[in-house]
Amino acid sequence: MTAKEKESRRSKRQNEDITGSEAVIRSLIEEGTEIIFGYPGGAIMPVYDALYDYRNVLRHILTRHEQGAVHAAQGYARATGKTGVCLVTSGPGATNLITGIADAMIDSTPLVCITGQVGSHLLGSDAFQESDVIGISMPVTKWNFQITSPDEIPSTIAKAFYIAATGRPGPVLIDITKDAQFGKLKYKYAKCHKIRSYIPEFPVNKEKLNQAAVLINEAKKPFLVFGQGVLLSGAESELKSFIEKTGIPAAWTLLGLSALDTDHPLNMGMLGMHGNYGPNIKTNECDVLIAVGMRFDDRVTGNLNTYAKQAKIIHIEIDPAEINKIVKTDVALLGDAKRILRLLKLLVKKKKYPSWIREFSQAHDVEVEKIIQSELNPTNAGLSMAEIVNKVAGLTNNTAVVVSDVGQNQMAAARYSKFSTSRSHITSGGLGTMGFGLPAAMGAKLGMKDREVVLFVGDGGMQMTIQELGTIAQENLPVKIVILNNHFLGMVRQWQELFFEKRYSFTEIFSPDFVKVADAYGIPGQMIKSRDVLESALQTMLAAKGPYLLEIMVEKEDNIFPMVPAGASVSDILLCADDVK
Amino acid sequence: MKQEYIISAYSENHIGLLNRITIIFTRRKVNIESITASVSAIEGISKLTIVVNDEKEKVVNITKQIEKQVEVLKAFYHTNEEMIFQEIALYKVPTQALMESDKLEKLIRQHNARILEITPEYTVIEKTGHKEETQDLFNGLVEYGVLQFIRSGRVAITRSPIEKLSEFLRERDALLEKMESRRSLRTSKK
Ligand SMILES: Cc1ncc(C[n+]2csc(CCOP(=O)(O)OP(=O)(O)O)c2C)c(N)n1
Ligand SMILES: [Mg+2]
Repeated sequence: MTAKEKESRRSKRQNEDITGSEAVIRSLIEEGTEIIFGYPGGAIMPVYDALYDYRNVLRHILTRHEQGAVHAAQGYARATGKTGVCLVTSGPGATNLITGIADAMIDSTPLVCITGQVGSHLLGSDAFQESDVIGISMPVTKWNFQITSPDEIPSTIAKAFYIAATGRPGPVLIDITKDAQFGKLKYKYAKCHKIRSYIPEFPVNKEKLNQAAVLINEAKKPFLVFGQGVLLSGAESELKSFIEKTGIPAAWTLLGLSALDTDHPLNMGMLGMHGNYGPNIKTNECDVLIAVGMRFDDRVTGNLNTYAKQAKIIHIEIDPAEINKIVKTDVALLGDAKRILRLLKLLVKKKKYPSWIREFSQAHDVEVEKIIQSELNPTNAGLSMAEIVNKVAGLTNNTAVVVSDVGQNQMAAARYSKFSTSRSHITSGGLGTMGFGLPAAMGAKLGMKDREVVLFVGDGGMQMTIQELGTIAQENLPVKIVILNNHFLGMVRQWQELFFEKRYSFTEIFSPDFVKVADAYGIPGQMIKSRDVLESALQTMLAAKGPYLLEIMVEKEDNIFPMVPAGASVSDILLCADDVK
Repeated sequence: MKQEYIISAYSENHIGLLNRITIIFTRRKVNIESITASVSAIEGISKLTIVVNDEKEKVVNITKQIEKQVEVLKAFYHTNEEMIFQEIALYKVPTQALMESDKLEKLIRQHNARILEITPEYTVIEKTGHKEETQDLFNGLVEYGVLQFIRSGRVAITRSPIEKLSEFLRERDALLEKMESRRSLRTSKK
């Protein structure tokens, strides 16, 4: 087609009804979409064709696998707070999204996933690349809808964005049949602001607010635990001023990381299975536990029969279904964390708890002496994950966006990174999806161009989505990849060591020469083994203008401690392998 | 303690919603004893009545998960005592049994059942009542040879004078309006 023909085609389009495909693109633009992560195929080709005309307005990132697309969209959403968008074809394209959608569902990440579908006359006929995506995705989406007529496109996309981002965010999926993409409609876009059967956020109950304030004001040993809800509602400064006024020590869940400065004097560290010693044991000693935007995941609570039984529990939560789901609350404050914290702050007294805080710092001293000290300054020749993460934090002045995969690398990244900016920690929490890290780091970088994005990933997890190096190379995304290579599926090996008599059943894993693989993609990198070159290697990596892969050989059989063994009490947290009975 | 609960869910009439709702039960391995989909007294709103036999905690959790679905307006759970409910059963027996003696006719009358259709080969009997009652009649009919038997899902209505849903709808409308006005306030500020 000549330029002239193209131009006339475009102007003609503006004077007549547009195709469903073009309506998809224009609707996405209306919603402020800047980037789509996707992969084309037969059933979505009309939309890709429409996208071609808008390629200068709407950036499309061609990943190497649909799982890469969805994790990248998640990384983008988690870094920016915007809704991530994926575009894929029917059948295998759509089913390849499912892991990421499930991950986004459990970690409350706003996504709009658009899948192509066979023509509506073929639905249910086992047509080529037909799969029941609506059925398959139902349990793992906040909402999904199949469009079979072009007229439904604008309103459905508007609804999808509204549902994905409001209330407790989550993934939505829209399946569009090919005939709906080809068909014409009179295009008119109106954003969605309400759905009569859906109340994203309940008004704050004043009476409950007072009850909570009384509990807090009378507490001797109050403790605040917070999760991703703080980030999702943008309540970081409300949280900070609330704890500063009340003097209440606070701890974050894995997904709450970076919602408060690591170095804030009231930040006591991380809860959970591999969290810090103080927050775990003090959970079972506090008299009032204030839970903000967290859902009492079993990795946080350990054995529920012995979890915070002595404490009165206040739960600040946007999702009514989370109230009393796991832990019985004394006062449930339903609503947006930002608003509730602001209102609650007006009702609570200014206080300080010096001796209670001292108990936390004593516990911290124990952890430093028994674990942190030796993790950061190992006497073995082998490098520890902790010292590497710590060094990266130092060299980036705690300003990097830290993305991690799953396993020991994830726990080391969470425990030893430091944060001074919100939304700076991205990891797969609820689902624990290996392979999440690399594509999520790409998405985070695309959302946060001015920030350094550092990925910590294991040798196992790296090989689950290693193909995304292709995307990183093609787009020249300056993602800094640190592979912590212990030659093992380390976290599983740790459990085998501690609880399965060191029977290392299929956890030793062969890896390719990662540096050579990166090189094949034109991505620079190096492999290091010893401490004396660690700092300079990290500096080289951080100085790189484009992507960089640094493979670091670490101690093979290191363990992550402390550890609350599955099913144990948080107060029975183990400090070293000798504690395992 | 396990006992029977009736869950009522009011929703938009949306394709696939029933699937979304049954998944909530499947995932928790809770058996659905019966399920009835119907219109409600409010135009455009459907009502699902689901009977389960389980612990209260689980039922509360499931009810909340149902209500969490975007197209569900409201879900309630009730014990049997809190509701008036009925099921309907149909029985097909050979007509010959009816001809041979009046015992069968007496049985039908005793049970307050009625005959819907008689043909030379078979007779169809209908009975409305609680499960135990329709089961009782079934047990009585067994000796005559029951050719076919079917019992419907439960239909139920609360004992309170007003439909709880109307109350909820009023509150919800006020809420949505408040949301709307807060939003327009925000956008006008910008
Ligand atoms: C997709 C997927 N499969 C399996 C697991 C189970 N799993 C959790 S951690 C882990 C080991 C990860 O090994 P590696 O990526 O090398 O990280 P390391 O723990 O050694 O740092 C495995 C297999 C998982 N979380 N996700
Ligand atoms: Mg490993």
